[in-house]
Amino acid sequence: MEDEVIKKFLYVNRKAPYGTIYALESLEVVLIGAAFDQDVTLAFIDDGVYQLKKDQKTSVDSGAGMKNFSKTYLALGDYDVNKIYVDKASLDERGLTADDLMELVYEDEDDDYKEKSSISIVNQDELAELMEQQDVVLSF
Amino acid sequence: MKFGILVNEGPYQHQSSDSAYQFTKAALEKGHEIFRVFFYHDGVNNASRLMVPPQDDRNIVNRWTELGKKYNLDLVVCIAAAQRRGMLDENEAKRQGKDANNIAEGFHISGLGQLIEAGIKSERLVVFGD
Repeated sequence: MEDEVIKKFLYVNRKAPYGTIYALESLEVVLIGAAFDQDVTLAFIDDGVYQLKKDQKTSVDSGAGMKNFSKTYLALGDYDVNKIYVDKASLDERGLTADDLMELVYEDEDDDYKEKSSISIVNQDELAELMEQQDVVLSF
Repeated sequence: MKFGILVNEGPYQHQSSDSAYQFTKAALEKGHEIFRVFFYHDGVNNASRLMVPPQDDRNIVNRWTELGKKYNLDLVVCIAAAQRRGMLDENEAKRQGKDANNIAEGFHISGLGQLIEAGIKSERLVVFGD
């Protein structure tokens, strides 16, 4: 893992968290990938914004009867995954705002370990620019 | 050009399984290098040696095995995705106490780190998915 190349990895998450397994298995790649010390960014667009929705209920009684893995996103800051971009248009189309999302934070070691938000709400021009900057784009 | 290939969809179900093969074959025939082909999500099912398609149809697993043999390809099946879908090689079957294995010749099972490494070591990582 002591590879000297540092590449910019972008994970694009486009699917709802429980209708298919893409979201869960994408998160597994992000967590493993964090061990490689690469420059990691996550983007959430289309139904992918639902992955970050707070108060997910997934038990048989109240939901799809699947394991609720949403708390794993809260741990991303501890893995130094702290650049998380959410598409504003996708939120708007679904009647969601930033307040509907989980509070994903990280400790900024360059700023006295102050707790900061990992989430940025961006428009589609900013997303396009972000994608342009990447070396590797993994779309799930 | 050195390519990494990610196959995210299952055989016969989805075009991207075929496209991944056609792209890989075409790239090799043009003299490009394939660093690794990584099978993830339902893509792991492309590695089942037990598939029996109709005789007048393409045999997806056999053609990967043949291409792999011809060009000495690194065909890697994600272990986590494989296990939850019942895809086991001989060692895993033994380890998990299962009575059968189904990974075809030329493929091997390994971890997601192999996908990240393919992203780092390849000049382009091409994703075939939905």
